[in-house]
Amino acid sequence: MPFGLIKFGLSKKYSEPRMFRKVEQPRDAYDVVIIGGGGHGLAAAYYLANECGITNVAVIEKGYLGGGGTGRNTAIVRSNYLTEDGARFYQKSVELFQDLSRTLDFNMFYSQRGHFTMAHSPASLRTQRWRAEVNKHLGIDSEVVGRDFIKKMVPEIDLDCGGHQPPIHGALFHPPGAIARHDAVAWAYARGADRKGVDIFQQTAVTDIEIEGGVNMSGNVGGRVVGVHTDKGFIKAGKVLSAVAGWTPQIQRMVGLRTPLTIHPLQAMVTEPLKPWLNTIVVSASLHTYVSQSSRGELVTGGSLDPYELTSTRSTLEFAEGLSGHLMDLFPFLGDIKVMRQWAGLCDMTPDFSPIMGVTPIKGFYIDAGWGTWGFKATPVSGYAMAHTIANDADHELIKAFNLSRFGKFRLVGEKGAASVGH
Amino acid sequence: MNNRLPKQAGEWIDRSRELNFTFEGMSCRGYQGDVITSALYANGMRMVGRSFKYHRARGSYSMAGHDAHAMLTDGVRTNIRGDQVSLESGMNLRAVNTAGGLKRDRLNITERFSRFMPVGFYYKAFYKPRWLFPFHEKQMRKVAGLGAINANNAPTNSPKDYAWCDVLVIGGGGSGMSAALAAADGGARVMLVDEGLKLGGSLVWQGGGDHGGRVEPLAAAMVAKVEAHENIEVRCSTMAGGYYGDHWMGLFNGEKLTKLRAKSVVFATGVIEQPAVFGNNDLPGVMLASAAQRLMRLFAIKPFEQAVVLAGNDDGYRATLDLLDVGVVVKAVVDLRREDDVLSTDAMAQVRATGVAVRMGCGIYEAQARGTGRDRIGVAGVVVCPLNDDGELDAKRCETIACDGVAVSVGWTPNAGLLYQSGVRFVYDDGLEQLLPDVVPATVFVAGRANGVYAWTDRLRDGERAGLGAAGCLGEGNGEVGEGQDVGGRSKVAMSHGYPIFEHPGKKNFVDFDEDLHLKDFVNAHQEGYDNIELMKRYSTVGMGPSQGKIANVNSVRILAKLNGKTINETGTTTSRPFYQPVPIGHLAGRRFHPMRHTPMHDWHKQHGAVMFHAGAWYRPEFYRNGSMSREDCILSEAMHVRKSLGLIDLSTLGKLFICGADAGAFLERLYTGHFASMKIGKQRYAVALDETGVMIEDGVVSRLSEDRYYVTATSSGVAAFYREMQRWALVWGMDVTLINATGQYAAMNLAGPKSREVLAGLTDVDLSNDAFPFLGTREGMVAGVQAIMMRVGFVGELGYELHVPANMGLRLWERLMDAGAGIRPFGVEAQRLLRLEMGHLIISHDTDALTHPDEADIGWALADDKPFYVGQRSIAVMRKQTLERKLVGIRWEAGYSGPLPEECHLVIDEVRHKMVGRVTSVAHRSTLGYALGMAFVHPDMARPGTKIDIRVDGGAMSRAEVVALPHHDGEKQKG
Ligand SMILES: Cc1cc2nc3c(=O)[nH]c(=O)nc-3n(C[C@H](O)[C@H](O)[C@H](O)COP(=O)(O)OP(=O)(O)OC[C@H]3O[C@@H](n4cnc5c(N)ncnc54)[C@H](O)[C@@H]3O)c2cc1C
Repeated sequence: MPFGLIKFGLSKKYSEPRMFRKVEQPRDAYDVVIIGGGGHGLAAAYYLANECGITNVAVIEKGYLGGGGTGRNTAIVRSNYLTEDGARFYQKSVELFQDLSRTLDFNMFYSQRGHFTMAHSPASLRTQRWRAEVNKHLGIDSEVVGRDFIKKMVPEIDLDCGGHQPPIHGALFHPPGAIARHDAVAWAYARGADRKGVDIFQQTAVTDIEIEGGVNMSGNVGGRVVGVHTDKGFIKAGKVLSAVAGWTPQIQRMVGLRTPLTIHPLQAMVTEPLKPWLNTIVVSASLHTYVSQSSRGELVTGGSLDPYELTSTRSTLEFAEGLSGHLMDLFPFLGDIKVMRQWAGLCDMTPDFSPIMGVTPIKGFYIDAGWGTWGFKATPVSGYAMAHTIANDADHELIKAFNLSRFGKFRLVGEKGAASVGH
Repeated sequence: MNNRLPKQAGEWIDRSRELNFTFEGMSCRGYQGDVITSALYANGMRMVGRSFKYHRARGSYSMAGHDAHAMLTDGVRTNIRGDQVSLESGMNLRAVNTAGGLKRDRLNITERFSRFMPVGFYYKAFYKPRWLFPFHEKQMRKVAGLGAINANNAPTNSPKDYAWCDVLVIGGGGSGMSAALAAADGGARVMLVDEGLKLGGSLVWQGGGDHGGRVEPLAAAMVAKVEAHENIEVRCSTMAGGYYGDHWMGLFNGEKLTKLRAKSVVFATGVIEQPAVFGNNDLPGVMLASAAQRLMRLFAIKPFEQAVVLAGNDDGYRATLDLLDVGVVVKAVVDLRREDDVLSTDAMAQVRATGVAVRMGCGIYEAQARGTGRDRIGVAGVVVCPLNDDGELDAKRCETIACDGVAVSVGWTPNAGLLYQSGVRFVYDDGLEQLLPDVVPATVFVAGRANGVYAWTDRLRDGERAGLGAAGCLGEGNGEVGEGQDVGGRSKVAMSHGYPIFEHPGKKNFVDFDEDLHLKDFVNAHQEGYDNIELMKRYSTVGMGPSQGKIANVNSVRILAKLNGKTINETGTTTSRPFYQPVPIGHLAGRRFHPMRHTPMHDWHKQHGAVMFHAGAWYRPEFYRNGSMSREDCILSEAMHVRKSLGLIDLSTLGKLFICGADAGAFLERLYTGHFASMKIGKQRYAVALDETGVMIEDGVVSRLSEDRYYVTATSSGVAAFYREMQRWALVWGMDVTLINATGQYAAMNLAGPKSREVLAGLTDVDLSNDAFPFLGTREGMVAGVQAIMMRVGFVGELGYELHVPANMGLRLWERLMDAGAGIRPFGVEAQRLLRLEMGHLIISHDTDALTHPDEADIGWALADDKPFYVGQRSIAVMRKQTLERKLVGIRWEAGYSGPLPEECHLVIDEVRHKMVGRVTSVAHRSTLGYALGMAFVHPDMARPGTKIDIRVDGGAMSRAEVVALPHHDGEKQKG
C-alpha cells in the first residue's frame, strides 16, 4: 500500500480540496490571457506562473478543461523525429514528461513502453534509418532493428501479415516511446497554475480580439493586442496566447493573420479491456495503423488522418473497417475482440507536419498551433517554450524554427516522414 | 437442473431442444433459444461474474446486455456477453477476471482496501520514486483488464455485405412493427431490425405495458402480419451498431457486418430501464423489473421465490402482477412516490386487491446479503425506510423485510445512442422525468417509448405516424430539421422517478456497476472540482466501461445536477458514439481482400528464377537467380551485361497516361515545369512536377504522339496519387482535356544495351537509324506484329528502347525479344537502380524527400521560367532569392577502397563541429565502374567536386567519400 493512499483510509471525512478554484467573473484586466484550456494553454499558464513569475493570468476555455484534442488523443509520446529542430524540441518534451508526475504531484501514468515503427518495404526501412541516424546524433535512443528483435519484443505479431500485406522487413525502435493518461496532464497543469493564482474559466468563449493599429499602410497585418472579448465581457490584456489547436482558423480570423493551416478529422477507437499482453507501442506506417494497450487494458488504436478538410468530429464506418483489417494483418487472433467505441478529433495540419509557435506580426499576440496529429507529446515543452516566449516577447531558442514566418520564407521543418501515421 | 415455468406465450426457448454446457466446471442444461445468462439462471446460478474493481459478486441485472456483469470466456473467445450470446451445445464457460474461479475469487480482497481507494486515487500515488512506477503499473495492469487474449486463435474470415431499403425501422416492438406496417402499406420497401431473437419487443416480455388484458394474441397477430408482408424484410438478432450520416448504418448479426443505406429511418428503439441507487444495490438477486419480466416471459424462468418490488412508476405494479402470476410471493411493493402524489391506477388497485403490502413514500435503504465476505452472493432481505420531505430516507425508522430478490422499477431512459449519432437532440422533460427527442433531422423519425409515448394504443398510433412520415419523405428532406415528434401521444404521467438515489453511508451504493463507482465517488470528485459532466465522466470514469454507461449515465447526471443545484438540462449529457454494443474486430475487418497486381510477364519471371518483391500492390523482379551466384553478384552481372551487351527489363508497373484534347499541351505546360506545347510530334522530354510549395512530387517522360495526344509516363508508386491530382487540376483550370490512366492496360519493357538496335531492327519495320529515330524520339509502329509505342530513352545510360504495348500482348513481345538471340538477358529492378545511379538519374522520393525542390536536386534546368505559369512557380521564385541549404551531389570511393561503406540514409557529418551536414540518398557498394558510388545531399559548401566528406555508418565508424560531378558513367543521357 503506497503511503499516499493511507490518509484516505484513516480520515473519516474526504478532505481533498478543489483542484482548481471556481472563479465566477474575470477581472477587468490580466497581464496575459490564454485562449484554450487544453494541455497547451494550461501548461503555458503553469510555466508562466511557476517559472516566469507572471501570475496575473487568465485561461479562457469555451468548453471544459482538456475537452479538445487533449482529451481525444491516443497519448503517444516520443522524440524520434526526423529534423534536428523537431527532434531536439520533442526530446525536451520527453524529458519534461519523464519527471512530470513528480513535478506536478499528480500521477499521469506516464508509461514508457518502447515504440516500434514497422517498415514493410526497403523504402520505408530507409526512412527509419534516416530517423535513427538523426536521433542518435542528437543523443536520442533510437535504432533500426530486424525481424528477430521485433518478434522477441512483440511475440504475438505476425511479421508476414498473413500474406495480406508486404512482410515487415525491420523497424525503427525507440525505447523511450511512452503513453500517458491524457486528461490527467491537463488537470495537473491546471491545478499547478491555479495554485499560483491563475484564473481558469470554463464554459467561457473568446468571441473577438481587440487590436490597436491593425493592418498598416502597406496592407500587412500588425498593430498590438489590447484585449479579448468573451461571452463574460471584455478583458484587457497586453499579451494574448492562442492555444486552440483545431480552432485556430477562427482565432486567426479575429486578428486577420494568415496561416497555411487546414483542419482535418483524425479518428481512433478502443476495444474492451483485456488482460495485459501488448507491452510496446506498435506503429505501421504502410498499413496506416498504430496500437497500444492502455493501463486499463483497452487496445487504443488509430490510423492516419481523414484525407479531406472537415470540421466535424463524426466517426466513419469505413475507418473502423479499414483499421480493423489492418489490426488483424498484424495480430490475426484479434477477430473476436470487440471494439467498444470510436471517435474523432480535429487536427490543425501544417504543410510540413511541424507546429507554428511564437511571436507574430501583431505585438502581444502569440500563437501556439499546427499541432495536427502530434501535439499531445509536446504539451510540456510547448507550454514551457511559449511561457518564456511570452515573458520575453521573443521566441524561445527551442522554437525559433517553428515561427509562422517560415512559410513565407520556405524554411520548412519537414516532419512528414516521422509524423504522418505514428502520431 | 433446468427449472422452467409452464409454457409462456411468446417464449423464446424451444423446449424440444435441450443443450448441455458447463459453467465454471459445473454441468448445466438449457434450451435452444436461451441466452447464456437465462440458462445460468435456470440452473440456479445467481452469480454470473465478479465486478471489475472490488470483485464483488454480480448477478444478471438487465437481461438485455445493458449491464456487463456476465463477461465470460469459452477458452477461445473472451468477454462474451452472457445476455447477448445464444446458448450453444457444449459451451464450456468461465467468468473472466477472477483469481481462482468465480466462487472463490481471491481478488475480492481488494474490497477491504476500498477505503484507501477513493475516486481517482491512482492519480495521487504510485509515482514516487520514479523508478517504482513501472512496478506499480505492472501490478495495476494485471488487475485491470477483463478477459485475456488467445494469441493462437485463427483469424476470423467473415464476409460483409450491403443492403438498402426505403425505410429502416430499428426496433421490432409494438411501435416499430406499427411503423413498418404503415410504411410498407404505403408502398415503401421496409427493413425491420431487432437485436432480440424474435420480434415483439416489450410486447412479449412486458405484456404491452398498460394494456389491461393479455396482449399476446394481439402481438402474435401483428408479428404474423409483419412477417407476411411482402414489402417488409425482418432481420432479428441484428443490432444496428452505429449510425454514420446520410442513413448509412452498420448492422451486426453475430456473424457478419451488413452495411445498409436507407432513405429514411424510424427509431423505435424503446427505453432502457434504469437502476435505483441504495446500499448493496449490486447484490445478485437485485435486478431491474424488466429483467425479471424477461426471465419470466422470454425464458419461462421464475426469478425469485420471495420478492420485494421497488417502484417509482406504474410499471412496478404491473411487474408485481407478473411476479404474482408465476407464483412469486411479493412481500411488499415499496413505492418512492407519496400517496398524495399519485393517481391510483388499475394496476395499483389490482395489486392492492391481492393483499400485497404497499409502502408508499418509502425506499430501500439497503439490500442485505446472504452470506459474508466473498460469499455474499444473494439477497436475504431489504431494509425499507420512509422518505422525508427532502426526499431522503429516514434511516431511523427502518423496517426489514426478508426476501430473496428485489425487482427495481424506478424509471426509463430512451435507448438513444443511435439517435444522438443521427443528429437527434434531446431535452429533459421535468414532468416526465425523462429525456425526449426535441430537434430531429428531416427523414429521421422517433416512435414509441423512445419518444415518450407509453400507452399501448398510443404507441401503435405513434409508430403509424412515424412509418407514414418516413415513407412519405423518401429521398427528400435535405432540410436541416424535421417535423416535431410530439404529436400528443406522450405520457402525461412520469414513468420515471426524478432522483432514485439514496445514500447509505456505511455501504456501497453503486451508480456505475461496470466501474464499481459508488455515490461517494461522485460527491468526492465534485468536491475536487470535477463539477461539470465531462470532467466528472473523465475523472470518475463513469460510463467508460464495457456497457458504456447504459444504466449509469442518467443517474450520474442526476447526482451532478443535484450537487451543483442545477437542472438536468443545464447539466447536459455526454456525447454518444458508435458502437451501440461492442462489435468484433473480425466483423469490421471482413475477409481482408487486398489487391495484388501482376504484370503480364509475372509468370515468366518466376519461371526464370526471378526473386520478386512487393512494390506497392505490384510484384517486381528484384533480380534473377543465376546458379550459385550471390545476390550482389547477380545484380552486378545483370548490370554489366546491359553495359556490354543487351538486357531486357519489365517496366509494366510504370505509370502510363494519355493526355488528350485541344488543351492537352497547355495542360501539361501548367502541370509540369518544362515546355510541352511547342514540342514536336514524335519527340519526348523529361518532365518534373512540383506541388504548390515547389517540392518535386513526380517525374516522367512526356511524348507527343499527335497534335492533341500525349503519352506520359509516371513513377510506379506515384501514379495513382498523381493521376488524382491531375484530375483535380483539370477541373480547377476548366480545361478541355481527357485524362486516361492506362497503367494497367499497357505492358512496358526496356530493351537496353549496345546491341538493342540490332535486335530490335529484326522485329520491326520502323527505321531505327540514328537520324530517323534519334535519342529522345518516340514512334508508334509494329514490333513483332504488335502495335507499340517505342521510346528511345537513356535512363540506364545505354542505347535503349522502351516498348509499350497492350497488356495482353506484353508476354508475347517479351518472349519474342528473349528469343531474338544476341545473348539477351533479363535484368531486375536492382540492376536498373544501379545503372541509373551511375547515370546520376534521381528517383523521386528515394533521392528526394518531402521538401526537396529542383535547385537542391540540381535539376533547375528543367524549370522553364519563361513560362507564365506552372504549379509551384511562385514558390520557386521566392526560394530562388534565398541561399540554398543543400545540394544533391555524386559521391564515390577509391577503386579498391576496403573501409566501411554506408547504407542509404546514413548521415554526412562535420566531425569538427559535430554537425549533421548531409545524407546519403543512394549508394552502390559495387558498380560496373569498379568502385563504390552514390548520391548524397550535402551542404552547398561541400558540393564542389573533389571535396572529401565523412559519412557515419553503422556502429559509428566513419567512411570518407569524395564529391564528384554527375554522371558517374558517361552514357546516353536523358537530359536535354
Ligand atoms: C484521434 C487523435 C489521436 C491523436 N493522437 C496523438 C498522439 O498519439 N500523440 C500526440 O502527440 N498527439 C496526438 N494527437 C494530437 C493532439 O491531440 C493535439 O495536437 C493536442 O491535444 C493539442 O492540444 P492543445 O492543448 O493545443 O489543443 P486542445 O486540447 O484541442 O485545446 C484547445 C482548446 O481550445 C478551446 N477553444 C477553442 N476555441 C476557443 C475560443 N474561441 N475560446 C475559448 N476556448 C476555445 C477548445 O475548446 C479546446 O479545449 C491526436 C489527435 C487526435 C484527434
